[in-house]
Amino acid sequence: MNSNSGYKAFLSDQDVRWCPGCDDYIILRAFARALAAIGLPPERHVVVSGIGCASRLPYYVNTYGLHGIHGRAPAIATGVKLVHPDLYVWVITGDGDALAIGTNHFLHAIRRNLDINILLFNNEIYGLTKGQFSPTSRLDLKTRSSPQGNIQPPFHIGSLVLGADVSFFARVPGNDLNAMTKVFVEAARHKGTSVVEILQNCPVFNDGVFHPVTDKSTAVDHALWVEHGRPLIYGKDGKRGIVRDGCGLRPIRWESEQPPSEVMVHDEKVDNPSYAFALTQLSDPMVFGIIRRMRRPTYEERSQALKQKVAQSAIVHDFIRKAILQENT
Amino acid sequence: MSQLPSNSSTESSVTRIVLHIAGDSGDGIQFAGKQLTIASAHRGYAVITMPNFPAEIRAPKGSLYGVSGFQMHVGSTDIHTPGDTIDVLVAFNAAALKKALPDIPEGKIILADEDGFNPSNLKKAGFTSNPLTDGTLDNYQLITAPISKLTRQALIQTGIHSKLTQRSRNMFVLGMILWMFDLSLEETIAQLQQRFKDVPEIAQANIAALKAGWNYAETVELLQPLHLPIQENENTNAGQYTIAHGYEACVWGLLAAHKEAKRPLFFASYPITPSSDILQYIGNFLSEDVEVFQAEDEIAAIASAIGASFAGAIGTTSTSGPGFALKSEALGLAVMTELPLVVIDAQRAGPSTGMPTKTEQSDLLQALYGRNGEAPLIVLAASTPANCLEYAYWAVKLALEHITPVVLLIDAYLIMGAQRLEASALKKLPPIAPHIVSEDTTEYAPYLRNPNTLARYWAFPPMQGKMHRIGGLEKEDVSGHVSYDPENHHKMVQLRRQKVERVQQVIPPLQTEFADTGELLVLGWGSTYGSIKAAVQYLYEKGHAIGHAHLHFLHPFPKNTEQILRKFDKIVVCELNDGQLHRVLQSTFPGMKFWKYNKIQGIPFKEHELIEAFQKILTSEYSPVQHNSSS
Ligand SMILES: Cc1ncc(C[n+]2csc(CCOP(=O)(O)OP(=O)(O)O)c2C)c(N)n1
Ligand code: SF4
Ligand SMILES: [Mg+2]
Repeated sequence: MNSNSGYKAFLSDQDVRWCPGCDDYIILRAFARALAAIGLPPERHVVVSGIGCASRLPYYVNTYGLHGIHGRAPAIATGVKLVHPDLYVWVITGDGDALAIGTNHFLHAIRRNLDINILLFNNEIYGLTKGQFSPTSRLDLKTRSSPQGNIQPPFHIGSLVLGADVSFFARVPGNDLNAMTKVFVEAARHKGTSVVEILQNCPVFNDGVFHPVTDKSTAVDHALWVEHGRPLIYGKDGKRGIVRDGCGLRPIRWESEQPPSEVMVHDEKVDNPSYAFALTQLSDPMVFGIIRRMRRPTYEERSQALKQKVAQSAIVHDFIRKAILQENT
Repeated sequence: MSQLPSNSSTESSVTRIVLHIAGDSGDGIQFAGKQLTIASAHRGYAVITMPNFPAEIRAPKGSLYGVSGFQMHVGSTDIHTPGDTIDVLVAFNAAALKKALPDIPEGKIILADEDGFNPSNLKKAGFTSNPLTDGTLDNYQLITAPISKLTRQALIQTGIHSKLTQRSRNMFVLGMILWMFDLSLEETIAQLQQRFKDVPEIAQANIAALKAGWNYAETVELLQPLHLPIQENENTNAGQYTIAHGYEACVWGLLAAHKEAKRPLFFASYPITPSSDILQYIGNFLSEDVEVFQAEDEIAAIASAIGASFAGAIGTTSTSGPGFALKSEALGLAVMTELPLVVIDAQRAGPSTGMPTKTEQSDLLQALYGRNGEAPLIVLAASTPANCLEYAYWAVKLALEHITPVVLLIDAYLIMGAQRLEASALKKLPPIAPHIVSEDTTEYAPYLRNPNTLARYWAFPPMQGKMHRIGGLEKEDVSGHVSYDPENHHKMVQLRRQKVERVQQVIPPLQTEFADTGELLVLGWGSTYGSIKAAVQYLYEKGHAIGHAHLHFLHPFPKNTEQILRKFDKIVVCELNDGQLHRVLQSTFPGMKFWKYNKIQGIPFKEHELIEAFQKILTSEYSPVQHNSSS
């Protein structure tokens, strides 16, 4: 990996204008490192965003970038990707951008399994518009638009995207440079839509909401990092784990040396999304890492196959054919 | 107006005929109409057709609102409209007769399937007694035949099972009509074989019914008065034309431009009446560099097209009124990012859902101004089903050469109508030179402009060394960096406006037909071309100094527009809306006076109403507002 030295080439010359102390700075660095680690020249990356603090990111990376309109980045990215299936197409979006105004496009891109990578900066607030509650804000949260407390229950992002059969879903803390870098690279390598939910602290409007699961001191007992083929074990003393509980999952503790045999082993590839769904329903511990990664045909692959199967099928007059179709067809 | 020579017989043949076929929406009327159109064009006749669908998908049988109609104006001379009045009606049932009757002048021909006039059908159509027998139609040439029964008998003889017989009635009737017009069966048989090549029993049933209809018409003397061969057309240019529906011509225009420009074509859309035909048809042309994407809504359709343009393709999308409204914000993004983009809006009667299957020209102001901020773009309008090809092509050309969004306005009438398209039309298409940055540019600045056109230079991934970031935020001139500088914003707003205005330098001048100076200029745009032309021609031939000019470029206007307008004493602007172009002209040419003639009924102008309106204007003192009296 040349990511630690080469990443600066992926940063543009523009002044970065997020608030001091915002996780977005760390995410930007992790993103540039991931781009360097992928090892392709910058012109092979296209970064598309919507509107929000998060969505300013394309200006700060030295690639092709399109700062779109609120909520529509997945749709814009679809056009880019279908014209150039060989490019790496990234969508940078926020919880408001992807889950309020843009839910429609977000879910349809996932359903189609377009080979794009969606980095969702979830700060559970509208940052750019100065602190209104968002579709992921928790109940009772007091914000500028909910001075008496929020009464709209939040989306679970993971559960929502699994409902659209997402083929890659990961969750990472926005303060963990190395973990983010690694997961972004894996997301890029995955064929199909990758959604990475980044728990991003907004120190100005929603400070500390993720503290228990992202701060080193508390995270050990409240965060579970999953890895394919490894048991679902966490905790300071390694004596906490996850077992099946009816249709869902449940954390347990044990005292013995060996974990009980019911403790589950992580399998990111299972076709049925129920297991991954159950993981995303857990809040203590909060699950991090690659929760689901499986292969199903991408939209581009289906489109390619269709084009090879059917020749242009309309019957047109010869002179029209000559005018509109390439000679070799 | 019946003084129009719609049926000026010379001995045994006529120069043109308006035929109308109507029945239930499940009767295959449109399919029969399409076959008839193809057969007529194959013979070299000029045709213009107009379908009239019910809004319901499968309306109850025999009901008035379930009537599906198809009108064809066919002839050996120039034909400009689907025809004001009907010369020959073919009615499959009582409701079809009821709806068409007001448009049939006395003395004209009605051919009715008597099996469609049973008591239940008569009741549904609101007849208290049978009009075929009670004398209602005494002043018409009425011919009745038990068409359902005859079709059944013909098919039973060939051993085809009975389920197909009812559905083959349309082909029996088509056979009769082909005989009427002296058209051969060959072309239709070939079409049917091709169309139903995977279901031979249907092909067989249809062909048997077609032949039976033809034979019946020839054998039964009763039908002799219907034998109306159309005069041979001397310059038919055999093989050098095809029938084009507006939607087909749009698709061909996009594809021809794509081929000429050598850029990939990306088309995205969301179904909406009446634009869906474009989406449905273009799907037949998928290829390595033609991508067709049905999006989740109109916003996603235009947004994906913008993404495609950013990636170096010709981003295109089509929609109708309400969907066009949804695209406004993204259109603004295309204006701001200055990306090539084509939006086709097939207008329909509005506002809101309005009358989805009916035509109107009421999205002009939306196309010109319907965005937040100062957001100018190029607006074009096709005027005939066939020239949708030419203007779709021009839309792509201007988008790629000026790196800007272009709106092409068509409407329900154009997209569904059909007409002959001559091969020569394709030879007139100008070359396309996309304004792409040259490879050896080392310091790429996304908003550096061509000094003549003010177009920015298009660069796209994965071009090396041309990476750039653009978006909806205001940019600094040349560098494209985000900028909130007041002077810069002022300058950029003006540059975007001037860039569009300079398109005037390259678009064809406004033309006049008939008088090019004199008493009255009739100015129109879009699908009203045919009816205006026919009306102006009539008055011109009567000796009036009346001319017709039709705007295909609505923003910017052709350079010579004012010059043309000043050559006439009076100008009348005719539109199927409440006066949108009229309003634009008044503000663009403040010193001039414009009459207006408008119709907002969801249907095209009739020749005779225009003739009457123009006659009034020709003889009256100035009083610039002249509304359709019935509206
Ligand atoms: C059509 C439209 N509606 C509303 C806005 C205002 N707006 C801009 S960003 C935003 C919310 C952003 O929240 P989020 O996506 O969570 O991004 P963050 O700023 O928190 O990173 C809103 C409501 C807009 N730009 N466009
Ligand atoms: S408002 Fe919040 S999310 Fe936005 S830049 Fe400031 S700290 Fe970051
Ligand atoms: Mg947010």
